[in-house]
Amino acid sequence: MSASPTSTIARRGNSPAETSRRPARPDHREPEHRAQSGHRGHRLATRILGGYLPLLLAMLIVSLPLLWMVLSSFKSPSEIITTTLSVWPRDPSWENYAEAARSVPFARFFANSVLVTVVGATIKTLLSILTAYALVFIRFPFKNVIFILILVALMVPPQVAVLPNYALIASLGGLNTYWGIIVPGLGTAFGTFLLRQHFSTLPKSMFEAAEIDGAGHWQRLWRMAVPISTPSIATVALVTIVNEWNDYLWPLIITDKPSMMTLPVGLTLLTNTDSGSQNWGVLMAGSVIVILPILIVFTFLQRYVVAGLTQGSVTG
Amino acid sequence: MSNTPPVAAQGYWTARKRREALLFLAFAAPNILLIAIFTYRPLLANLNYSTLDWTLGAEEATRVGFRNYAEFFTSGDAPVVLRTTAVFTLATVGGSMLLGLLVAVALNLKVRGAPVARAAVFAPYVLSGVGVGLVWLFIFDPVYGALAALLRAIGLASPQWINNPDLALLMVIIVYVWKNLGYCAVVYLAGMQAVPKDLMEAAAVDGAGPMRRFWSITLPLLSPSSFFLLITTLLSSLQAFDILRIMVPSGRGVGTLIYEAYLQAFSTYNRAGYSAAISVVLFVFLLLATIVQIRFVERKVHYA
Repeated sequence: MSASPTSTIARRGNSPAETSRRPARPDHREPEHRAQSGHRGHRLATRILGGYLPLLLAMLIVSLPLLWMVLSSFKSPSEIITTTLSVWPRDPSWENYAEAARSVPFARFFANSVLVTVVGATIKTLLSILTAYALVFIRFPFKNVIFILILVALMVPPQVAVLPNYALIASLGGLNTYWGIIVPGLGTAFGTFLLRQHFSTLPKSMFEAAEIDGAGHWQRLWRMAVPISTPSIATVALVTIVNEWNDYLWPLIITDKPSMMTLPVGLTLLTNTDSGSQNWGVLMAGSVIVILPILIVFTFLQRYVVAGLTQGSVTG
Repeated sequence: MSNTPPVAAQGYWTARKRREALLFLAFAAPNILLIAIFTYRPLLANLNYSTLDWTLGAEEATRVGFRNYAEFFTSGDAPVVLRTTAVFTLATVGGSMLLGLLVAVALNLKVRGAPVARAAVFAPYVLSGVGVGLVWLFIFDPVYGALAALLRAIGLASPQWINNPDLALLMVIIVYVWKNLGYCAVVYLAGMQAVPKDLMEAAAVDGAGPMRRFWSITLPLLSPSSFFLLITTLLSSLQAFDILRIMVPSGRGVGTLIYEAYLQAFSTYNRAGYSAAISVVLFVFLLLATIVQIRFVERKVHYA
């Protein structure tokens, strides 16, 4: 992780959540820091004790378990099944990854996860763009009622809907199918809500001018609303990708054939197999595979992810 | 709309209105239908299922009225499940908010590298609960785990985290707090950066030290952030599932409402009706939290 993407992206930011949170004020150092040069030694000490030390501690608490996971995934069984703790793998190898792929169809899990995430996130993002545009720009009698119903759906947790949805999808023959995994999660209240809020901040006059020039809704959507809303759409897309990739409860109950399982469900299977019961090296290799893709996405695009996941925190 | 068209153009306008309405449906109907089928319908279906004695997968079910609810509340399940849910929820909400606040104070010190630290601390929040759960399960392993090794180094024996129900609960709480504290820290940090600088400077001029300024200015001004976090982490804790399931597959000690509903329907018993009743109870709790949240959001909107 490096400092540059973080800070440059943060400064370029113009998504509603992010800008409203940042006070419009340059990030200057208070002049008093330079003025009181007499206390410099004392200041340095408090700076380290009060500034860097807690930060370092927080970062260690967060990153050590993940570092431990990566290191362990390259260790041999004899280094794992031991009571003497060794930090670095003596002879790093991919053997745990190979063993994971041997005992369960790991490549298939990965492919399933990618497919479910890509298809699910693409459709969800599209649906939220279309619905949000319709809610803001197209005239319809009960628009506000519909919006409120979507808003309420935002509050209904998917977990309490699991059993009825299982009964429905199973009766339609959707067990162990891709559509059975993907379809029930496609309705999107979160993305619709976020984009609707964003679209309603766009200047209406611009769209009216385009209408007079003969541009239909379809053109106004794709040539105007979407291009000027890329940060918000990226936020919706990324949060959706993260949720689809990590989703566990629904794929867990709707699949029982290994060939149809996603990565998190497949990892559960790995804990049940004989080789996995005490073989932490193999399980850590599996954890790396499920954690790393999202960690990479997050590292490069964290501004959008954070903005999307903390949206609503600074409304006032 | 405000502009009323001249009478001659009325026909044109109604045709236009109809076309707009059809276009609206073409754009929004798929999403609305999906939400209706997979979000709203299950709420009603759960109410119906909860009155059935129904084995999941069976063709037939007997209607038993409120017997599932009666069984849940009288069989001794309810006290255990509700207590576990309460302890888990309160501990994770309190723990992640408190640690999140401390981390936010550190992040707010404007030292070099703070943006990187902010990103690093937030990262666990977006990672797979299953992956994270397995990593911590390894760390907590009483024989080969890193924690056991550390405890041995200072001459202590590792407790049996999984076999002791109370310790199992403590274990998943620790992991859940670890995963969520960065989220709380980032929300608190945003709140802190919205505190007016001149207010802090005025207090400093009046002789208030950093601690005094934190307690008397920052913390009270953070109350909207605290309330937002209280509600969002409460809702997410009530729905926590993946870490619990992967770390304690038997559910012993960590049987919260959501986990119990899952175990009853999809584990050994396949008791769909009983599970639906537990889901309804869970939904009532979530609804209460949500109503509080909506009222809060309304208030915020009026002030904005």
